[in-house]
Amino acid sequence: MKPYGILAEFANPDTLWQACERVRDSGFTHWDAHTPFPIHGLERAMGLKRSWVSLVVLTLGLGGAAAGMGLQWWASTQAYPLVVSGKPMFSWPAFVPIMFECGVLGGAMGAFFGFLGLSRLPQHNHPLFNSTRFEGFSDDRFFISIEAEDPNFDREGTESLLRQAGAQYIEMVEA
Amino acid sequence: MAEAQKDLDRAELDPIERRPALIEGNPEFHDITEAVARPLEWKPPLGWYLFLAFSLSLLGLLGIALGWLVWEGTGIWGNNVPVAWGWPIVNFVFWVGIGHAGTLISAVLFLFRQRWRTSINRTAEAMTLFAVACALIFPAIHTGRPWLDYWMMPIPNQMSLWPQFRSPLMWDVFAVNIYGTVSLIFWYLGLIPDLATMRDRSTTKLRQTLYGIFSLGWRGSHRQWLHYERAYLLLAGLATPLVLSVHSVVSFDFATSQLPGWHTTIFPPYFVAGAIFSGLAMVITLMVICRVVFKMEHIVNMLHFDRMAKLILATGTIVGYAYATEFFVAWYSGNIYEYFTFRNRALGPFAWAYWTMITCNVIIPQVFWFKAARRSIPVLFIISIFVNIGMWFERFVIVVTSLHRDFMPSSWDYFTPTFWDIATFLGSFGLFFTLFTLFVRFVPMVAIAEVKGVLPQAHVHHHNPIVHGPASAGGSHDH
Repeated sequence: MKPYGILAEFANPDTLWQACERVRDSGFTHWDAHTPFPIHGLERAMGLKRSWVSLVVLTLGLGGAAAGMGLQWWASTQAYPLVVSGKPMFSWPAFVPIMFECGVLGGAMGAFFGFLGLSRLPQHNHPLFNSTRFEGFSDDRFFISIEAEDPNFDREGTESLLRQAGAQYIEMVEA
Repeated sequence: MAEAQKDLDRAELDPIERRPALIEGNPEFHDITEAVARPLEWKPPLGWYLFLAFSLSLLGLLGIALGWLVWEGTGIWGNNVPVAWGWPIVNFVFWVGIGHAGTLISAVLFLFRQRWRTSINRTAEAMTLFAVACALIFPAIHTGRPWLDYWMMPIPNQMSLWPQFRSPLMWDVFAVNIYGTVSLIFWYLGLIPDLATMRDRSTTKLRQTLYGIFSLGWRGSHRQWLHYERAYLLLAGLATPLVLSVHSVVSFDFATSQLPGWHTTIFPPYFVAGAIFSGLAMVITLMVICRVVFKMEHIVNMLHFDRMAKLILATGTIVGYAYATEFFVAWYSGNIYEYFTFRNRALGPFAWAYWTMITCNVIIPQVFWFKAARRSIPVLFIISIFVNIGMWFERFVIVVTSLHRDFMPSSWDYFTPTFWDIATFLGSFGLFFTLFTLFVRFVPMVAIAEVKGVLPQAHVHHHNPIVHGPASAGGSHDH
């Protein structure tokens, strides 16, 4: 059976950073780094592009604001037109607070669900959890995983690359 | 200068930043996991059970008070003309105000790169959620007919009626509900990595399943952290104007009316400062106890209290300035009704409430000018209680003193709360403390991943100082 890939552990954020640069420069694409906390800027060492979640937030934020204003326009002019204090039916300045709040709600939903969607979460299981050592990622361990799917992957070569990069532990993970 | 230098020498310094370390005792990453996870995995101390029993008793009192309200109607309260808005709105504004510190600490301090927030943000956010839950009780029940609350929702109904969107009370429905929702999202997003930590440490099947479900399959991958951090930053950016808008909208409930004492333009900033002031006091009250009970003195240490005390001093002084401005404007405007209202506030039948407010909110926090006070646990605890009391009285003063002297002297009256007013208010503390007690038992009360991120060894190049400087291409990092 084909394995999922290779899991390498590094002693600290520093060696992980340097190893990421080497893996990046060796042209791998199907790989990842796993850390207990976000290491700022590691995406540059990994050669990742910036997150698209901002665009989701912008779209849903503007959408939420438009929906908020639209709701108030519809309720005040179409569904239930009622003259209040001699104001016009569509007295938009009075509708700004709710429009703003709805925009924030849309943006927050965009941030949360955008993050989940782009990170492919929730996920029921993942082959990496077959490794008991991997569980330490959420405590104090730093890992790089390279998938067997990757065109550059070859068992010995990839393993020796990771060893040269300073891996202190290496494991083949079952698919 | 020499004094400050000596102080700096004595403190434990972060080896990279040459500033006092945020977490004491130079812990390893694993030590942080252990310290935060322990209260969730060990049998809780006896005090936890006693406090839960106490909180549940108060919650029971809330149940009885609300049951009696539904049975009998709002006549059980002291609300009556001219003071038709009594304790329910006072309690609502009190709780919403407390709910503002969580987002301030999480979002505003995050945007300002105040990294000391990591030790207290989780608890502050949880406190926000529970305070908003308590706040929402009061608008929901204040008519005595909570089954008609759907009238506030913009949904098609059998009456063909729609809410009146020009009313600040409708703005409030949206602002507070959306604030609660966004605070929940923010809190939960921050929790995902820590719930994964709890999942990976679980020893029982039940815990593994539950923490597994709520951690959504998180595997700390940097491809995920990249989206996570961007989403967190944007949420902080959205929550910051939100937190300012929510208490502004709450203040519009008063400011857009034409009542002397309420109809002022200073209300939005004054309410926002007061809200943050009261919320920080509640964070201090809770953290002073929790850090001792759960042995986290090195994570939530004097540095954090010192900075929160400074924020209390700053916001408390803004509030004091607002009180003074209100009086100045009442006199300077030449409006006799406005002037009468404020003179009556300070010298009339409710002068005792007014001066309680001034003492608790303006005078007592001045103690925090002294460093020894900012770093003394008993002083912090006592002052935080005074601020909580003072901020409740602020809302009482605004609501009751402005109403009890109507334009028609024949309507004048003195407001007295009833037993059920007091029972409902104490009962809301039951809900707050019950939720908080359960929170500290089942959810990591400190943001584990974030605290690890501010340890010195989390910095790239900490372990290998030779590669310092511009020569280390790609090694620069931004914080």
